[in-house]
Amino acid sequence: MSGEIAKAFAKAKARGEGVLVAYAMAGDPDLPRSVDVFSALVEGGADILEIGVAFSDPIADGPVIQGASERALKAGSTLKRVLDEVVPEVRKRCPETPLVIMTYVNVVMAMGEERFAKLSRERGVSGAILPDLPPEESAGLRATFDAAGVDLIPLCAPTTPPARAQAIAKDGRGFVYCVSVAGVTGMRAELPPDLSQRLDLVRKASPVPVVAGFGISTAEQARTLSAHADGVVVGSALVRAAHTDGPKAAKALCADIKRGLKR
Amino acid sequence: MTTETVVGRFGRYGGRYVPETLVPALLELEEAYAKASADPAFGEEVARVLREFVGRPTTLTPARRLTEAWGGAHVWLKREDLAHTGAHKINNTVGQVLLARRMGKKRIIAETGAGQHGVATATACALFGLPCEVYMGALDVERQALNVFRMRALGAVVKPVESGSRTLKDAMNEAMRTWVSQVSDTHYVIGSAAGPHPYPTIVRDFQSVIGVELRKQAQAAFGKLPDAIIACVGGGSNAIGVLHPFIGDAGVRLVGVEAGGHGLDSGQHGASLTLGTEGVLHGSRSLVLQDADGQIQEAHSISAGLDYPGVGPELAHLAKTGRMEVRTATDDEALAAFYEVARTEGILPALETSHAFARGRELARELGAGKYLVINCSGRGDKDVATISARGVPPPTGVKA
Repeated sequence: MSGEIAKAFAKAKARGEGVLVAYAMAGDPDLPRSVDVFSALVEGGADILEIGVAFSDPIADGPVIQGASERALKAGSTLKRVLDEVVPEVRKRCPETPLVIMTYVNVVMAMGEERFAKLSRERGVSGAILPDLPPEESAGLRATFDAAGVDLIPLCAPTTPPARAQAIAKDGRGFVYCVSVAGVTGMRAELPPDLSQRLDLVRKASPVPVVAGFGISTAEQARTLSAHADGVVVGSALVRAAHTDGPKAAKALCADIKRGLKR
Repeated sequence: MTTETVVGRFGRYGGRYVPETLVPALLELEEAYAKASADPAFGEEVARVLREFVGRPTTLTPARRLTEAWGGAHVWLKREDLAHTGAHKINNTVGQVLLARRMGKKRIIAETGAGQHGVATATACALFGLPCEVYMGALDVERQALNVFRMRALGAVVKPVESGSRTLKDAMNEAMRTWVSQVSDTHYVIGSAAGPHPYPTIVRDFQSVIGVELRKQAQAAFGKLPDAIIACVGGGSNAIGVLHPFIGDAGVRLVGVEAGGHGLDSGQHGASLTLGTEGVLHGSRSLVLQDADGQIQEAHSISAGLDYPGVGPELAHLAKTGRMEVRTATDDEALAAFYEVARTEGILPALETSHAFARGRELARELGAGKYLVINCSGRGDKDVATISARGVPPPTGVKA
């Protein structure tokens, strides 16, 4: 399954595009309708889907995704149900698109690390992003994931010193997620001026592709960043579009950002 | 004696489960704290402020009438309620704010449940001239009006948090989120011996002044170490502070009392050591109240300071290894203990502390005559008078109505 991520980057590159990793919250507004959102994102041009699994205490998330978490929990979303009910449906409707689970480490621990890795593999999940699992804490879980063929995607932050960023990048799996701003998820009018330099540094050290995420919501931002990264992650803007105006609005936003990623 | 098995870990518990953005700040804090602890001048400065401003050492008071009423061990009280701001919380905030100043940080953020830690942080910030923002669950802002006023009077900005259960855990989430975006010039003063490494160690070290004083005072007062020490446990900072210096003393029983809320089978309590399962909350692996899917459950306690679904990792380790005995007291038992202590000793204990008193009687009897029991009187109850008086005050004992 982990080859799927590499293939998605290669395909986009061949088309002369940066990759769009599109995030939505599984279970927002409910489990079946979130499948419609995911497939709308792919129709809009998303190359990789990041499937959010709600956690009650999301310390890395801003208000938009916190709100989506609360709605998803109310709708009964759990990691087990996402793997049983959302992932297989999304696979069916978007068979070519790699899926990555984004949740917090406690949710994975509660299911059991090995069970999560095994179920992920069986259901067609290629990777996982756990924003509260820094490198110092990830060795055991990563070994379990490696054995199952699921990529534990590392994150790199603007506060990460260069040597540490290079070490994180060198040992990357799937892709390296470069957090663009010091802060929580959410849209930003401006991105830090030294972001492109940082992306260049990480990209140079990394054997896998590098994407920028956090704060990105427009085609213009995507265009600027795609000169220095292999792709971008868009989350809060898509979650808000889907929540306020439905899957079609999220699809339109994907298409717009995708235009910004054409080289 | 240390329970730290490897750096930042207490057996299976502890660690540093935070967004990568915060890791460099935690590494910086760890290094700065190591340097400060090795610098006698820093230790002296903290000790001087504790002596001149906080009023340390706090006294060790014989509770003669409780001793008589309970009919067992001699009962003594370690009086953290007499520390400036009315609770043990100030021991840690003075230390951390001095550390932050030493690190060149420009502002301080904190979270608070009952408001005691918020008041203590606001006080230390006022004393050392640093701006201070305190995150507090909106429900706690309503319940703890006196402490909200005190923080504002001291110049702190109180930020009510509307997410989740609107209590301490949500305030802590929000403080962490804020810290992620302001990490370069801001120090986050965590008030409990919880959170990511190195916080559980830093808070424990600053709070250990309680137990260190108690060792000396016990020798002077009754010529030996106590036979048992009892403290309430929410996140656990007063408990680890009084108990830690005694971990290596096999003859001293260490007892923690958690919030039993409406009862352990009611699902509404704060008993993470008793009923929690292993999980990650607020940056460390410990025992937490959670459902089978790993969602954190809302804790309940009549005391806002014990209304927390997690507990510090070192206490989880002490409980699991059996070094600390864990008991619980319900809301009603804590309330009854509040009046008992008020009317036999002339002390209004905090509702948190009342949980420790609620288990005092049976422990005193278990120990028996001639033994010595010390109860850590973690804070005073002024902040709780609205909560307590709303339930009506029982008529005076021994006086005909």
